[in-house]
Amino acid sequence: MIELRGVQHSVGRFRLDDVSFSVPSGAYGVLMGRTGCGKTTLLEIICGLRSLEAGSVFIAGRDVTDEPPGRRGVGYVPQDGALFPTFSVREQIAFALRLRRWSARDIQARVTELAEPLGLVDLLHRRPLGLSGGECQRVALARALAARPAVLLLDEPLSALDDETREQTGLLLKTTQRQQGVTALHVTHSAHEARQLADILLRLDRGHVFEP
Amino acid sequence: MPVSTESQPLSRRRRRISGLWLALSAVVALYLALVLGMLAATAVHSPPWRVLQSLASREIRHAIGLSLTTSTLSALLSLAVAVPIGYLLARGAFRGKPILDAALDIPIVLPPMVVGLCLLILFQTPLGQFVERVVPFTYTVAGIVLAQFVIAAAFAIRTMRATFDHLSPRPEDVAMTLGCSRARAIWSVTLPAAYRGMLAAAGVAWARSFGEFGPILVFAGATRMKTEVLPTSVWLELSVGNLEAAVAVSVLMVAAAMLVLVGIRLAGERA
Repeated sequence: MIELRGVQHSVGRFRLDDVSFSVPSGAYGVLMGRTGCGKTTLLEIICGLRSLEAGSVFIAGRDVTDEPPGRRGVGYVPQDGALFPTFSVREQIAFALRLRRWSARDIQARVTELAEPLGLVDLLHRRPLGLSGGECQRVALARALAARPAVLLLDEPLSALDDETREQTGLLLKTTQRQQGVTALHVTHSAHEARQLADILLRLDRGHVFEP
Repeated sequence: MPVSTESQPLSRRRRRISGLWLALSAVVALYLALVLGMLAATAVHSPPWRVLQSLASREIRHAIGLSLTTSTLSALLSLAVAVPIGYLLARGAFRGKPILDAALDIPIVLPPMVVGLCLLILFQTPLGQFVERVVPFTYTVAGIVLAQFVIAAAFAIRTMRATFDHLSPRPEDVAMTLGCSRARAIWSVTLPAAYRGMLAAAGVAWARSFGEFGPILVFAGATRMKTEVLPTSVWLELSVGNLEAAVAVSVLMVAAAMLVLVGIRLAGERA
């Protein structure tokens, strides 16, 4: 479950005011809003990359407001994938597992478990340079899911893809989210994506979140 | 025969563009001819046996060793300072940042001789005298490194700042959500990505240090077999009218600089 209670945050003239909403466990939440309305900021608040002026963030029933990003149990897929430039695809997926000191055998098993359904098996030795937009997003997804986070946060994951890839990747996102049993929050400005994926639809407008 | 009205502007545009490219190429060719011309003239000025003979002198061999050691030390020190400062300037948002940014360029814009004089005066102050009692800098090898470092570090900082400016902060953010502290994310994700920039910064710092003359002359002196580096050798040989030896040392310095340039390029390609 993802829950925000009375969250306040401001940067310059931009302001999120008394934002409260929740996405139940195992659901696929889609947060819609126009470009520049603060969707990315909201995801960064949930990740712990931005501090709050007021309010609380709960993940899987636990108050994580004062926890550092790495202890919140979130998997984050930024808009451009933000792959680590010098890591191979295998190293990207294994990164969180190595930090948690998993054994080499368990890491190998988890990498294969994620790489197969996401179509990354043939790319495991490749570096990010030269991967297509869709491939980058799938690697970023596998990397975010590797350590079995409770929550998956997706920032416009389909916006840079062509129509055909967007449709396929959208379906893959939903299937993967179901298979991994993770609660997802996907932000987008596309009504089509929202209709295709959302169990719970939320709208961010003028600093407030509504359930339409 | 009627000429197509559509084709005229196109062909004229083409002529204008090629004219521009021609002019640009001419500027490049002129400048490159000047640089390569002066290098070639120096290289062929003395026969190779004469160059080798000059380089065999005890003083010059000492200067070669001292130049290579001090430049390498200064480059490493410059990199150690440039990486954190470059990161801070690229990623930090704080009051007074433009002032800090400008202040860090001071060694670049100061006349080199003045840097040497300022160092000399700094080490006459009570604090400088205290440091001097622990590690003597004035007219010593440590002074050579310090004089080189002051200027080389400023260039290395510029290079590292540009490197971090071009690297997105996002991968570092993601690494933090995966379980890293900020410091570990920088170490594991950002620094490996900045490898080429670090090589370039070290290369620039090394080249600046290797060619530094003014501040070393003023602050560390020009004592043979003690604080004589290669640029000092050129000056000392010229001042006694030994043009052959000055040319020999210059040719050696050009070769060393070229080697470093090529080495850094190759290492960067492999990275």
